[in-house]
Amino acid sequence: MDDGITQGITMIPLAPDHALEIIDLKKAFGGLVVTQDVSLAIRPGERRLIIGPNGAGKTTLFNQISGDLRPDSGQIKLFGTDVTQFTPYKRAHFGLSRTYQIIMLFSGDTLEHNVTLGLLGLRRSRWQMWRPLSFYSDLATEARRTLDAVGLLHLAEHPVSDIAYGEKRRIELAMALAQKPRVLLLDEPLAGLSNTERSQVKSLIASIPRETTLIMIEHDMDTALDLAETVTLLNYGRVIADGGRDAVIADGRTREVYLGI
Amino acid sequence: MKWIGVSLLAASFLLPPFFAGDFYINLASQILIAAIFALSLNLLVGFGGMTSLGHASYLGVAAYISALLTSRYGFGHGTAAIVSIAGTTTMAAFFGVIALRATGLGFLMITLALSQVLWGLAYRMSNVTNGDNGVAGLTRPAPFGISLDSPASFYWFALIVTSFAFLMMATFVSSAFGSSLKGVRDQPRRMAALGFNPWLIRWITFVYAGFWGGISGLLYVYYNKYIHPTSLSTTSSAEALLGVIAGGSATLGGPVVGAALVLLLKNYASAYIERWNMLLGLVFLFIVLVMPIGIVPALGRWTTGLRRGSR
Repeated sequence: MDDGITQGITMIPLAPDHALEIIDLKKAFGGLVVTQDVSLAIRPGERRLIIGPNGAGKTTLFNQISGDLRPDSGQIKLFGTDVTQFTPYKRAHFGLSRTYQIIMLFSGDTLEHNVTLGLLGLRRSRWQMWRPLSFYSDLATEARRTLDAVGLLHLAEHPVSDIAYGEKRRIELAMALAQKPRVLLLDEPLAGLSNTERSQVKSLIASIPRETTLIMIEHDMDTALDLAETVTLLNYGRVIADGGRDAVIADGRTREVYLGI
Repeated sequence: MKWIGVSLLAASFLLPPFFAGDFYINLASQILIAAIFALSLNLLVGFGGMTSLGHASYLGVAAYISALLTSRYGFGHGTAAIVSIAGTTTMAAFFGVIALRATGLGFLMITLALSQVLWGLAYRMSNVTNGDNGVAGLTRPAPFGISLDSPASFYWFALIVTSFAFLMMATFVSSAFGSSLKGVRDQPRRMAALGFNPWLIRWITFVYAGFWGGISGLLYVYYNKYIHPTSLSTTSSAEALLGVIAGGSATLGGPVVGAALVLLLKNYASAYIERWNMLLGLVFLFIVLVMPIGIVPALGRWTTGLRRGSR
């Protein structure tokens, strides 16, 4: 790479091959290795499902992608740019958005305000100090449009603490969707939902446009496999199998590690 | 209902110069000054979730700078005020960088330590600060040639400044930035994932609170025409914090009510009881036990409860 010509070529902004590329990622908490030499390459627009037993390091991997955790070594690239040293908020401005397995909402605020924060996070007006937030009618309109998309417009004025668990899951999703991310990480979006809610959220995820690359951790295989094109199986922080959905599911190791058949 | 309360409160601030004697007018001026101070502290404590035990630094340093510049170095009040506020705000910018390396208890301890350093300096660096004797013989400014020496004229001056300060801080907390601040207080990790820079949001708030702390310090030294190291002490910081929590943090009215309560207790009770601090402690204990969310939020709940009950 010391060669000037090669550098010149790499600087041309070609359409990158991968939305997200992870190279030799390693992370250990003391003696416990949670991510071991993980490498992944996810194409723009891909729908990737990450599976693995409890403690396989799925959420830890997400936390490293989003920047909440720094890896010990390895690289994370978003659309060809190395973001390994980027803070979480900088990655958000780079088009990365995520939801949390354990719901992390602003429980005292209204649903509309929660979604508004999602919108505000990527706008310059978040620094505005001399003008009440309520004056930004465009923010309110867009927040309501997003609430409508997840079917919660009728609860817009209610505080999050008033709504049911399944509705909170949808607000988690709405906050991320409001940002129109290029890469969206969904951490168990179906966890704890009833059958009806499950199918609602499923069709919601299915309706996410192809401009958004989707990476999802989910245990509910019946629902999640319908949404996925490619599957990665993790166990003890390692990638065990990786590839097309049907191939990974048919793989003997998947059956052994995960499906327990 | 809320507006009736607000306008009653506003009216009560307009009345003192017409009806009350000098003692009460002066007391009202002191309450206004303490209110700005408490409001600025509440930006950190209530809206930012950053409990500071060193906020008196900003009041004290602003007061000292103005006092020394006017009395010792012969500067006019205008220049002294600008230098004082600029100096205090810059100090807040530096202190913020140090204190915001930590959150929670660590943050509290650093703010306490920094304010202790300043208090020690004010006491010991007597060739500059006059030490324990304080700086006396100060004057009040005369904006646009209007003398502020009478209690009533000073009260009007303080009321104008306080109203402006209140308006600015109210706008601040209801703004987009204020929403970011409250978000960072409640869910810093989520906010970072959404694209907000939690550290910078906290730091800007810290500096802004320092600025308004400085404004209250200027009024404070104008009012007293005297400044002593105790104004920089932890007691002074803690009293304000007590007022904020008693009145109700994360509300705009709370700090005003709390500051008034502390001052009234101080001024009335100290006439009858020597250990008025003990009484303050008991009142605080009572508030924390009966209405842990603070006076203003508790009254709010109580009135909505009444309204619902009467339906």
